[in-house]
Amino acid sequence: MSPTTRMQTPEIPDAETALAALAERMRPAVAFDAAFVGIYSGGAWIADRLAKMIPGEHPVGYIDVSFYRDDYARTGLKTGTKRSELPFDVAGATIILVDDVLYTGRSVRAAINELFDYGRPERIELAVLVDRGGRELPIDATYCGARLAVARNLSIVLAKDGERLRFGVENVAGG
Amino acid sequence: MSRAADIVRNPQLNIDGQLTHLLTLEGLPEQVIRNILDTADPFVSITEREVKKVPLLRGKAVFNLFFENSTRTRTTFEIAAKRLSADVINLNIGVSSASKGETLLDTIDNLVAMDADIFVVRHAQSGAPHLIAQHLNAHGRRDVHVVNAGDGRHSHPTQGLLDLYTIRHYKKDFHNLTVAVVGDVLHSRVARSLIHGLTTLGTPEVRVVGPKTLLPSKVESLGVRVFHNMAEGLRGCDVVVMLRLQSERMKGTLLPSAGEYFKHYGLTPDKLALAKPDVIVMHPGPMNRGVEIDSAVADGDRSVILPQVTFGIAVRMAVMSIIAGN
Repeated sequence: MSPTTRMQTPEIPDAETALAALAERMRPAVAFDAAFVGIYSGGAWIADRLAKMIPGEHPVGYIDVSFYRDDYARTGLKTGTKRSELPFDVAGATIILVDDVLYTGRSVRAAINELFDYGRPERIELAVLVDRGGRELPIDATYCGARLAVARNLSIVLAKDGERLRFGVENVAGG
Repeated sequence: MSRAADIVRNPQLNIDGQLTHLLTLEGLPEQVIRNILDTADPFVSITEREVKKVPLLRGKAVFNLFFENSTRTRTTFEIAAKRLSADVINLNIGVSSASKGETLLDTIDNLVAMDADIFVVRHAQSGAPHLIAQHLNAHGRRDVHVVNAGDGRHSHPTQGLLDLYTIRHYKKDFHNLTVAVVGDVLHSRVARSLIHGLTTLGTPEVRVVGPKTLLPSKVESLGVRVFHNMAEGLRGCDVVVMLRLQSERMKGTLLPSAGEYFKHYGLTPDKLALAKPDVIVMHPGPMNRGVEIDSAVADGDRSVILPQVTFGIAVRMAVMSIIAGN
């Protein structure tokens, strides 16, 4: 990373602190039997963690939104698409969709569309570790661990050191 | 082989080395084949959902151009395209334009003018899908894609891919496997595609088993071991792929009779017992029971012939969604 990039790097919150704050906000509000569905890959890690931190019986599922993305015509199908796994009945379920970074809202739109192809959920809420603004669709998080403002040319990426979550910042070409 | 050399040899790859047509598995880089198999995996799970469709090819038109009849292959391509939300147009060319004297490429130009996005081509002439792909590439129509659904004796890449997917599904990887391809290898585009795929993915032992008259003369050059004795060919195999014996072959001088063929090369429970206990038996269909395969094997617990059909739809979804995006 060049020195100029480092100077532009914003104050990124600690991912574990953000996760604790997110769980704190969810604890009093989340239904006892709500299912947690993480969007691959960062959201899947968070969904696993949250399901243990929030009281109740929470089935955990994972969703890969590649088949529902709106940029397929421009960028094609990305490699490494995973199976979506929803090991519970979506019809009538209360679902907490979980993602690492909420930005344009397009992944969430794709995920909601995919969920409806499994059945009609009773309710869908959205939990994100960090909301960086910059929405391009009328979508908002129900629960949010931290908020920050980041320049458009920077990408916030969640990584895992063993079990510990950590945010990194990457420069996006042409961003 | 370098990426640049791949592109020169392969009209099916674009300038970035990505798959833009699927014409043959011969010379296709390993990571391209693995990417198709990996991508097919999430498509398999779509069939378990309430809505068995994804919106990837919404608004795209897939033209099934079958110059040679094949209800089964055409149907699986049609289902695959519809599950990707594409519009599907089936053309039985054998009985329309070709009989009026229109050339193949004139037919293609007309269909491109009707905004075709993908051509699925079955043709009795080897190389017909290549010709179409090169024609589109030469005329700057990189946005129109071709899938070979079987050309002459040459190639049937989606069948080869679904065979590879099936083997990987049951055996996890290719690096320790012995695979036997049994029967009429000479006339089989399925066998050729599968052998290329197996060797590219690092299968240590690929065998072809059959009478001399039904094996190509220089078949060893494909990197296979040749067996004329069925028992020897099957011994210790992890996978046995039976080929269809086309009835027209029996009318000529290649074979004495169907009964004689079954006696030597038909897969019976006794012969299969020579393979490994966890062997899987595959067949591209349609089967001739009592000619190349005994019903007790075809319907037995080692048979994965019907799962092959299911996986075939997912593999074709993967191929179409990859090429249409590149």
